[in-house]
Amino acid sequence: MSTTVNDILLLAFASFGILVTMTFVGEVLRAKLAPGEVNPVLDTYMTRVQSWWGMVAFIGLALLMGKIGVMVLFAFASFAALREFLTLTTKAQADHMSLALAFFVVLPLQYVFVGFGLDRLYTVFIPVYAFLLLPIVSALRGNAERYLIRVAETQWGLMIAVFCVSHVPALMTIDIAGYAGREVLMIAFLVIVVQLGDLLEYFFGRRIGKTRIAPGLSPKTWEGVICGVVCAMLIGALINWTTPFGVFGAMAMAGLASTVGMFGSLVFAAIKRDRGVKDWSHLIPGQGGFVDQLDSVIFAAPIFYHVTKYFYG
Amino acid sequence: MKFLRQFAARIVGQSIRIFARAITAVRADWQGIEPVPKQRVYFANHTSNGDMPMIWACLPPAMRRTVRPVAAADYWLKNKIRAFVGPEVFNCVLVDRRPEVKDKPMDKIIAALDEGSSLIIFPEGNRNMTEDPLLPFKAGLYNMGVARPDVDLVPTWVANLNTIMPKGEVIPLPLICTVTFGAPIHVQDGESKDDFLRRASDALVALAPNVPS
Repeated sequence: MSTTVNDILLLAFASFGILVTMTFVGEVLRAKLAPGEVNPVLDTYMTRVQSWWGMVAFIGLALLMGKIGVMVLFAFASFAALREFLTLTTKAQADHMSLALAFFVVLPLQYVFVGFGLDRLYTVFIPVYAFLLLPIVSALRGNAERYLIRVAETQWGLMIAVFCVSHVPALMTIDIAGYAGREVLMIAFLVIVVQLGDLLEYFFGRRIGKTRIAPGLSPKTWEGVICGVVCAMLIGALINWTTPFGVFGAMAMAGLASTVGMFGSLVFAAIKRDRGVKDWSHLIPGQGGFVDQLDSVIFAAPIFYHVTKYFYG
Repeated sequence: MKFLRQFAARIVGQSIRIFARAITAVRADWQGIEPVPKQRVYFANHTSNGDMPMIWACLPPAMRRTVRPVAAADYWLKNKIRAFVGPEVFNCVLVDRRPEVKDKPMDKIIAALDEGSSLIIFPEGNRNMTEDPLLPFKAGLYNMGVARPDVDLVPTWVANLNTIMPKGEVIPLPLICTVTFGAPIHVQDGESKDDFLRRASDALVALAPNVPS
């Protein structure tokens, strides 16, 4: 077995260890309930833990399968995220063709470009070509009603759900001296530090949070966010062996990704509030939609990718 | 041969269900009633030919087996494929809307109710191509409610299908479709036809989610 596979398995087993503990704690709390008593917080917690089991299993398997597995997993995540996003945006029948192109041409092509490592294509394809060409397709149908809102929201959906999400697997295409063959681990690093940072932000926010960052938008507090980011940095240091960054580099990158991710989820909270929905969809039990689950990773991915490429590539 | 046709109908039914789920992640939102196998008439808005398969696909299996969509014979008997899918996969109650035929639609509908089936009907009669949320309802829903007062009449809103598959487009868009089931209504004593139909229409519109389209 190669060291990369060993390392993936090590991370997977560590995650399973955390999940076993969380499931165990939940079951003990449930056993302590009086017969017939219902605790909604506990039920939510348990459904979430179950969803995390699924997530860890899926991501772990995809990483073990290597490049193809990761591409398929994130292409599917992009599809689900784009579907959630465009369900809530403004559109007219005049946009039917451009939306169909977004789903069935732009999305697959972006992943083909990432899969073949064509970084000069996948970094400009959506921000330049889709940005300019899809509005033409909509304009050809001659309906000007709310035109700018329609095309702008479609482009936002593509940037978030396809461009940003595809930068997670794009991490595998960066050439880093002395790191060849281990690129897939950087994905695990990004997802682990951002998601665990979020979880601990939530935990500390509940415990010691006082000062709301954006009252009326999200329950996030400065105390929770600072604790979450510090924890993400410590976790980054702990698993720095998965990265080419070294201990301090890994801490800095984890802190950066976690900070961007947390403020990113504020952006998504604002969009959801604007559209009057609580969750993006219902596809992941206990968590809402794919965008709810991935919002911070989505925001962190392109910046993490760019900084890695700039300083280490 | 009959056995083979039934088997084929099940395969086609499952494929339609899986396709609907994969493309639109169709979900049932039971707001006013529970998903239990009780005799009901689901009355729904009609914007697309996909409406009926969506409602059908999101019902739990036990309810899907006893539900019969009421559909136009001229549409479902147009060619051999439709004549197989309509009556055998969806188990449609086919009604002939032409005034000159002797076979009155309401007789077939009441007969289906008396066999214990639940029904899916589209009381607007035609696909709604206007900007209004609903067209005026036809009298059928009222007549059913009067003839069989014990049956629950359940408002059923299908969201988003006019964007997923608008008339005249070929490629369906994979957007999320939600089917919302509201609280059942019944014809009240002495309620006039127009009052009841207005109440039914209001109950249905009230289920529409507030999302810009």
